[in-house]
This record gives sequence, structure tokens and C-alpha cells, in this order.
Amino acid sequence: MTTQSIAPVVHERTVRAPVDTCFRVFVDGFGTWWPTEHHIGENREITAFTIEPFVGGRCFDTDSEGTECHWGTVLAYEPPTKLVLAWHIQGDWQVNLDPAKQSEVTITFTDAGNGTTTLRLEHARIERHDLPENVAGPVASDGGWPFIMGRFADRVEGREPREAGVD
Amino acid sequence: MSTDQALLEAPVLDAVGDGTRRAILDLLARSPRSVGELAAELPVSRPAVSLHLKVLREAGLVTSSAAGTRNVYRLDQTGLAVLRRYLDRLWDAALDRFAAAAEATALAEAAWNAPHPENQGDTQP
Repeated sequence: MTTQSIAPVVHERTVRAPVDTCFRVFVDGFGTWWPTEHHIGENREITAFTIEPFVGGRCFDTDSEGTECHWGTVLAYEPPTKLVLAWHIQGDWQVNLDPAKQSEVTITFTDAGNGTTTLRLEHARIERHDLPENVAGPVASDGGWPFIMGRFADRVEGREPREAGVD
Repeated sequence: MSTDQALLEAPVLDAVGDGTRRAILDLLARSPRSVGELAAELPVSRPAVSLHLKVLREAGLVTSSAAGTRNVYRLDQTGLAVLRRYLDRLWDAALDRFAAAAEATALAEAAWNAPHPENQGDTQP
């Protein structure tokens, strides 16, 4: 595979909440806002999403059977202004904890005055991940990424999630 | 941030945070199209569509190829582009949910810390 870099994913939000509240909700309250439909593994009912609040801590979800899926690791923990997470979910939806195959999510919280905070998130080094052999083939058909992304967009945008095979 | 700066950072900052660009991606997800075909289906001018396509291309979301005298645009389906697009959408949605949760927490804590009506004069309608 050729080493090809790709622009990081960057998002900013201005949040009407103080910096320390933002940091606390992001980490301690992770399970209150993380989209519950985003997890890997079929037929798992997720009961908790957790970020362990220290360097080396795990980001993991827990299902109704008690099984945990460790999909991220805390690389920097600097309350209340900075958090860096390693992201271990590969392009083929498998977890690989090899540091050479992890991307990095850096979240910073900056006081924007009047009790508001600017959150900046940068998800970088995405090119380190393993990718499926042929994403433009079977994976890109109805059951593949475009479908999952479309279904995800339906959920977050308040529509009924589309059925497979329906455009 | 100045307008120039905002324009410069636009390719990376929220390539899909714009309604027209999301509409373009949705159309291209159905089939490849030229600039003219996209403009015909959207309430914006051809030059505006071209600018949006430039942003999307720089963000790694679309590619183009020449077909005769025109360029045809399609979603970039290479693995990296698809993975990036997925992560972009995921964080966009997750951060909306995060902002709502943080703001609800801040409101609840402000109410808890200032329970007396005389301390909330500036919040009266």
C-alpha cells in the first residue's frame, strides 16, 4: 500500500458552557452524548460508553452481555483544556491496537468569553489505518460504507434510517 | 478570524458543514455528474457549484475526470476518502450532541448555583 496522506478532519463548535463544564461533559459524561449507534460488532446492545480519565486510559463501550470493546486510548489528559485520543478502529471495522495503525484525535477547549467555549477537534493521521482491499467493490455496494454513512446521517438528521438497497 | 482566513481554512474546516456541499455529495452519491448537471439541480449558479467542488476536492471527497470537453465529478471511493468522509460525518454529529449535553449541564449548574430570583435579574424576559 502506498503511503498517502489525507487532510485531517477538523470541526469547531462554540458551546454555551464554561471550559471546565465542557471538559467534564466530554470525558465523564461521554456516555450521555456519544451517538449510541456508533459502535462495532453486530447485534450488541451497548449499555455504556467510557473514557478512563488518565493517560493510558481506555475508551471503550460495554454491551448488555458485559463484553467490552476497547477502541481508543487516552494519549494526553490535560483538564480542562486538552484531550488527545488514539483511535484504533481500522477501515475494515476491526480493532487493531498497533500504535503504527492508530489515528489521533486532538480536542482542545478554549475560553471564548461570557461563559462560552470554543471546542476544536482534529482527527489526524487517518492514513495510518488499515483499509479494506477493495472499497470500491463489494464494500461500497448497498451493505458497505456509503450505506452505513447514509443510515448514520438519517439517524442524526432525524429521519427514519434508510433500508439497505434503497437510495 | 478574517474572511480571507476563513476562506483559506474552509477546505479543511467543515467541507461538509455547508448545505449546498452536502446536496452536491448526495447527488454525486447517486451518479457522477458534470458542473452543469449539478447546477441544473441546485438553486445556485455554475460558478458557485465550481467553487464548492473545489472545496470538496481539496478535502478529498470528490474526484473528477475528463469526458470529452467536460469534467465529470464523482465521490472519491478510495478507501482513505471513504474512511475520512465517515469520520467527518461521525464527529459532526457527535459534536452537535456533545454541545447540547454541555449546554444542558451548564444551564442546570447555573440554576443550582443561583437559586435566588434576585440573582437572575439579567435573565428575566
